[in-house]
Amino acid sequence: MFRNNYDNDSVTYSPTGRLFQVEYALEAIKQGSAAVGLTSKNHVVLVALKRNAEELGSFQKKLIKIDDHIGIALAGLAPDARVLSNYLRRQAMSSKMIFDKPIQTYKAVLSIADKAQENTQTYGARPYGVGLLIGGYDETGAHLFEFQPSGSVLEYYGAAIGARSQAARTYLERNLDEIRNSESTEALIVHGLNALRDTLSQDIELTNKNTSVSIVGKDQEFVVYDDEDVQQWLDKLDSVSNARNRDDDDDNNNNNNNDEEVKDEEVKEENAETTESAADAPDTTEGDDRMETDE
Amino acid sequence: MQTTVASEYSNEIHSVPIEHRFNPYSDNGGTVLGIAGEDFAVLAGDTRQVEGYSIQSRYEPKIFDVGDNIVMTANGFAADGVALIDKFRQQLKWYKFDNFGGKLEIKSAARYIQHLLYGKRFFPYYVSTLIAGLDEEGKGAVYSYDPVGSYEREQCRAGGAAASLIMPFLDNQVNFKNQFIPGTDGKEKKPLKYLTLEEVIELVRDAFSSATERHIYVGDGLEIKIVTKDGVRTEYYPLKRD
Amino acid sequence: MNHDPFQWGRPSNETYGAYNHQIANAGVPDNTTHASLDAFPKMHTQQPIITGTSVIASKFNNGIIMAADNVGSYGSLLRFSNIERLIKVGSETVVGLSGDVSDMQQIERILDELETSEEVYDNDGGDYLRAANVHEYLSRVMYNRRSKMNPLWNSIIVGGFYRDRTPFLKYVDLVGVTYSSSTIATGFGSHLAIPLLRNLIPEDKDYVKVDEQQITKVVEDSMRVLFYRDARSGDKYSQVIIKLDEEGKVVFEFTKEVKVENQSWRFAKDIRGYGSSQQ
Repeated sequence: MFRNNYDNDSVTYSPTGRLFQVEYALEAIKQGSAAVGLTSKNHVVLVALKRNAEELGSFQKKLIKIDDHIGIALAGLAPDARVLSNYLRRQAMSSKMIFDKPIQTYKAVLSIADKAQENTQTYGARPYGVGLLIGGYDETGAHLFEFQPSGSVLEYYGAAIGARSQAARTYLERNLDEIRNSESTEALIVHGLNALRDTLSQDIELTNKNTSVSIVGKDQEFVVYDDEDVQQWLDKLDSVSNARNRDDDDDNNNNNNNDEEVKDEEVKEENAETTESAADAPDTTEGDDRMETDE
Repeated sequence: MQTTVASEYSNEIHSVPIEHRFNPYSDNGGTVLGIAGEDFAVLAGDTRQVEGYSIQSRYEPKIFDVGDNIVMTANGFAADGVALIDKFRQQLKWYKFDNFGGKLEIKSAARYIQHLLYGKRFFPYYVSTLIAGLDEEGKGAVYSYDPVGSYEREQCRAGGAAASLIMPFLDNQVNFKNQFIPGTDGKEKKPLKYLTLEEVIELVRDAFSSATERHIYVGDGLEIKIVTKDGVRTEYYPLKRD
Repeated sequence: MNHDPFQWGRPSNETYGAYNHQIANAGVPDNTTHASLDAFPKMHTQQPIITGTSVIASKFNNGIIMAADNVGSYGSLLRFSNIERLIKVGSETVVGLSGDVSDMQQIERILDELETSEEVYDNDGGDYLRAANVHEYLSRVMYNRRSKMNPLWNSIIVGGFYRDRTPFLKYVDLVGVTYSSSTIATGFGSHLAIPLLRNLIPEDKDYVKVDEQQITKVVEDSMRVLFYRDARSGDKYSQVIIKLDEEGKVVFEFTKEVKVENQSWRFAKDIRGYGSSQQ
């Protein structure tokens, strides 16, 4: 098997100028389930798909509150996200303590970016294996950032990370104008869930068990909806399953309307019959799907 | 030792240099009072802040809603009071993060504050601390502390500059000390009963207007925070400003 | 004059006995060595050296005003007459300091650093330091230093605006005590200027009834009274007015070398008991 000589630590460049350990960390994000973030003028919505390791187990939390005005969504190694979120919480609190002012979202994000960057330049250190979407509302308005283990931080109107997130990005790109001009927070959340739905593989659908919704913005403290609280938002979707056939997921949506409905039904029936086997399956399908979306 | 007879300077004889230490404390006056009712609790404090004979501010509130239906005050050295309450608020926030947003019961808050105070046992927060709220059964609760964390739950407690003026009044009016049933020749004590919120507010206002008359560190305004199952609300009454 | 203190009318030996010379020599025993002094606990600044006297400040309907003279005293010696004790921080905040001048300069450096770290580093605009932030920060610094038994020997007033553009005025001192009020003065000002300021603004909320002209007049009067009665004060002072213009934009007016005008020392001749005429 091919052996890479330049990935033993995070501080050594390959001859082509790459840092393999950092790139592997970016891969770890793609192994995680999807998280989607999107902004209107005054609000940020973060939604995420939760996974449970086994049928009897709980779902991994994907949305974490940092302060009344900031929250994050994660994809990748959840324990690493805990470390980063605790760090962010401390930063937020010291801003309150020292300046009597909520921390600016941008500054909060840069504080973890600096931490992450340090790991790419420290011998013996491991880059964080998690990507974050940070949503915040401060005196400079509503902001959404994506954080990567490389230490890079970029601001977005809409962003998606995690498995099959390309599908969500496609949705966000196609509906950008509508999303940006959303008057109601409800519309924004529905767009978020639509985008998230597009990341689903055929055998699962959005349920109040596997979906998390959060919102923050003007006159709106960061709040997370989980479990039964999330049902109100799912009820607003035309469908909770991703019925699109990704091969012809193009501009001919209208033509497919009938097909989609039929497919919806099929999928639901299938799920009803094979819930258990579907739950066992995702690991393998996840891997395959990833190859597809990441191409 | 040879000394000057009857000299007022005698005590200046030292074998070591005279230490002129910085005094890290000051007394900012003010007085506070907490009373628990059957299904409510109040914390009241005047709004004057002083330094020596100067009134620094006529409105510097010192009763705070710290969240989870708990109100808190730390009266004495104002800087320590603010520091203690800030610290408690911050810890409460961590408690929320760690407990999925669960409510901190007042008895847990009370125990935690003991640790905050005792943690500075050898450089104490120079304050009398009071918290008020509702217990797990919905009954009014007041907890009071000494500066190093000794605490107990009580029906009522006064703290700060005029504590010694108000406390005996409270003993008599809240716990009916030295009150007897008429006609029993001082043999039968007046039985205890819960006061209504209206009665308590009246008591608090009387306590503070009297303390204002007799204590120079008390006055300007009275702020009362009232805790019920519906939350915390604030009332304000002016006091004499002289 | 005989400069020997022992000749300054000490009670007679016949009545009180001879003076105990241990008193005059107290503190440093003959056998003191450097080593024995080193055994003493480490000591921090325990008294101010060069000092600035009062700072006075007030809100008015459209902003805040602050004044402090330019004297730096060394005990009773007028050591410096060009000390600037009002510092502009950020774009709309002023910090006035009284007390030790070297500690004040330390605070100036701290505030300079704060301005760099908060307004330049990692800041992509839209967010800047306001008076409330500067005050909260300073009160942390002051309280932390007092808790280390190593205080910055100052009383400080911070003035500016809240986020909603209402005037902000708050105090913090060497032990970390803070308070806000519509009229604030440090040092002698709290005795001499506060009564004049509170005469114009009796209750905290009354500042909205007072305009810039009225408050400037009272501040001028206060500085004059302070010059009359505070022996550590000077007749030259700096004044800062921070206000909002018609469009709601912040105007920062820093006036230096204001003179105490219209002095009248006629009252001095009526003073009895000390001064030149002993009656």
